[in-house]
Amino acid sequence: MTAFTEVRTPRRGFVVPIPKPRWMRGRATLIVGVLLVLAMVVACVGAPLWTSSSPTAIDPAHRLLPVFSPGHLLGTDDFGRDVLSRILYGGRLDLAIAFGATAVTLVVGTAFGLCAGHIRGKTGAIMMRIVDLFFAFPFVVLVIAIITILGSSLLNLFIALWAVSWVNYARISHGQALSSNNYGYVVASKALGFSHLRIMLRHQLPSVLPGVIIFAMVDAVGNVLLAAALGFLGLGIPPPNPEWGSMISDGQNFIFSDWSLAIMPGIALVVLGLGLSLIGDGLSDLLRPQS
Amino acid sequence: MYLARMAVRRVVQLLPILFGITLVSFFLLRLIPGDPVRQILGSHYTPDLAGPVRKSLGLDLPVWEQYWDFLRSALTGGLGHSYFYNQPVSGLIGQRIGATLSLIILSALFTAALSIPLGMVSGMRRGGAVDQSTRVFLLIGFAVPSFLLGIVLLLVFAVKVPVFPVSGYGDGLVEHLSHLFLPAVTLAIPFSTVLVRSLRSSVIDILDSDFVTTARLKGISGWQVAIRHVLRNGIVAVITVFGVNLAFLVGGTVIVEKVFAIPGIGTLLVDSVSNRDYPVVQALTLLFAVFVVAVNLLTDVVHVGLDPRLAADAR
Repeated sequence: MTAFTEVRTPRRGFVVPIPKPRWMRGRATLIVGVLLVLAMVVACVGAPLWTSSSPTAIDPAHRLLPVFSPGHLLGTDDFGRDVLSRILYGGRLDLAIAFGATAVTLVVGTAFGLCAGHIRGKTGAIMMRIVDLFFAFPFVVLVIAIITILGSSLLNLFIALWAVSWVNYARISHGQALSSNNYGYVVASKALGFSHLRIMLRHQLPSVLPGVIIFAMVDAVGNVLLAAALGFLGLGIPPPNPEWGSMISDGQNFIFSDWSLAIMPGIALVVLGLGLSLIGDGLSDLLRPQS
Repeated sequence: MYLARMAVRRVVQLLPILFGITLVSFFLLRLIPGDPVRQILGSHYTPDLAGPVRKSLGLDLPVWEQYWDFLRSALTGGLGHSYFYNQPVSGLIGQRIGATLSLIILSALFTAALSIPLGMVSGMRRGGAVDQSTRVFLLIGFAVPSFLLGIVLLLVFAVKVPVFPVSGYGDGLVEHLSHLFLPAVTLAIPFSTVLVRSLRSSVIDILDSDFVTTARLKGISGWQVAIRHVLRNGIVAVITVFGVNLAFLVGGTVIVEKVFAIPGIGTLLVDSVSNRDYPVVQALTLLFAVFVVAVNLLTDVVHVGLDPRLAADAR
């Protein structure tokens, strides 16, 4: 039995942090990450302030204009729609997924894992078996299957992401909650007869949170990329609403004539992903000071 | 002998998971809101047409009998009938699974070729130039979505400098390989970020261990220690991490196949979603999950086989 648990533990293996170049030390990564994400949020939320073109207005007279055309900074697509405004308005959706999908799964998954780790015994084991079951399916496949059933819409995209990615948080918080059961202050609070809820929230949650929060940044990147991938596959929100993934997919048709149609929304996606990763990286330095 | 016993015990442990997988994929079709038959037939729906479809799906039976039928036919390789292609799903999968498996194997090889040297060097020379650039590579490799990476590679190596074909799968082994080259690289880059990270930390752990010190004291040269002692132990960790993250690679093939228009089961899955071909989606969900579980089992067995200490511990 021990051998198998040992075989399985490296799932959340201990990772020795890589020493950073000087420019990345201190809080630099965190600050750069926050700035990138903030810039993205300001640009997308304030889209009507920066561009007067509508993201869905079709203009057959100005199809496939190149980058830096007058009036269309990033050119237009095959329907004559302004690429810049499509990126900015489309980003609202990707940002909503980064925060909306992640926030819900973080709370639900952490609560589930914390409970399972606190209860232990048969019930806890069964709870974690359910989590294991989800891990057997490739996430992309499961999300696609759920969207197939429900049909593609923004709400169903959220539902599919919520239904699938909470299990990561459950596994992380379960591991930490399990070991925190043996911490002196948790044993003491049990001996004092505190309620289960109080022990979990006041005493076990604080030790669970750092790992969960660091992972949340990784997960936000994952959610954005997954949502964009679904858009790319044509399973995201239905057209003509702009979304980065579907823009990249549309742009791929013009890869021989105008590659910027596929690459521009891609750059936006990478900037957002990089910003979130940098925040996660910076947070892990802050929250795990011993490294 | 010990390995065989362990494998059997592990399979028994997996039974509840396998049961759960069949349950999930079975209920996928039953969870369609409203009448599944109406959804499948769409605008072709007439009560006359609905009867036979309902019967062939077994939807007129009680739910437990339906599940029993589903399980029984899945065990004998029957995966239902595709409405869109009008042929058995197992046949559809049989025609396409070769391309997907080749892609997975090729990208696993590329991943090894990329992550073993990077992980080794950055672990052995901590903080050195390779280590520093690896960190940047990891950060970027994680933030770039695979489909975008695929398009960029396509743009550079198939459009601007036409070294590789743009899409498709070709005929014959050589053509297959040249068609699969870019897709496999596309999958290998994000996947190797995971492996590099873990190989690097296990190399650092191993460098601290007594047998490495002993080997050094015997006067064995640095790189010989690296290959004979550090790498051999490091690989064991990599294999485990590989198995655990395999689902990530398999999920990636679904997207990358679509980018490069490879006729594999990932493309079949995506097409079936738009065709509302529910039996295919159901069968593929089952197949992907069973594949992931099977490879996980295999990596566990290989792990214990490679690391006699684990076998000794368990005895």
